[in-house]
Amino acid sequence: MHATQLTKAVPIFAALGDPVRLAIVARLCSDGPLPTITLKDQTGVSRQGVSKHLRLLQQSGLVRSAREGRDRVWRIETRRIAQARTYLALMSAQWDARLERLRSFVE
Amino acid sequence: MSSDQIEKKIFLKAPRERVWHAISDPSHYGAWFGVEIDGPFVAGKEATGRIVPTQADAEVARLQEPYRGMPWHIVVDRLEPMTLFSFRWHPYAIDPNRDYSKEPMTLVTFALADAEGGTLLTVTESGFDQIPPDRRAKAIEANNGGWAHQTRLIDKYLHLQGLVS
Repeated sequence: MHATQLTKAVPIFAALGDPVRLAIVARLCSDGPLPTITLKDQTGVSRQGVSKHLRLLQQSGLVRSAREGRDRVWRIETRRIAQARTYLALMSAQWDARLERLRSFVE
Repeated sequence: MSSDQIEKKIFLKAPRERVWHAISDPSHYGAWFGVEIDGPFVAGKEATGRIVPTQADAEVARLQEPYRGMPWHIVVDRLEPMTLFSFRWHPYAIDPNRDYSKEPMTLVTFALADAEGGTLLTVTESGFDQIPPDRRAKAIEANNGGWAHQTRLIDKYLHLQGLVS
């Protein structure tokens, strides 16, 4: 992976490095598009909190939103790409954890 | 960003020989990875085992406990003493009801190099683009459940400590 590609990936990993945001992405992957209120109810955080998480996800390029009537509706930005990125971040986190165990084993 | 490959570089304050044994000796590998492996690693041959909670981290061991006894299976690719160990496997194969045998495998490579005061280990895993989309979705869901569980545990702990009401 080139350094520039890695740099581009930083916001994605940061965006997914939080249980609430990962839950939002997982829900949108399976059931999206969904309005803010549904995501708020599912995650159990305040409306302000969920909006903040959604803004971060939007900045990372993982989700996008559109106004539909009174609601703002959220969807995964190119579902397959988002899923692949989420999956890779998860596999990556698994290796981080395994290698820390290897470190305590050999050091 | 490539969606196909992961690369990790880690500097270990341990001699190269020690690191080599930790990754190429099945009993050592099993101790940190959290698996009990039958027989030695031989290039081109399968190695099988069962998940057992890791001895390296009590917290992780608790998380692995539900998967105790689940089959673990790799096909050793290359084994080049002190330099390189690689194998193919089915990543995150934790669904006991799914037959993974027909699905594509990813390739995991451990490469060792000398570094000042220790060893540089580079781990790569490639071939994720071939993993079926539904399997990716399942892994994301399963792990998300794990995180939710952790969050509840922390919440419970904080309540017990009287730190939140």
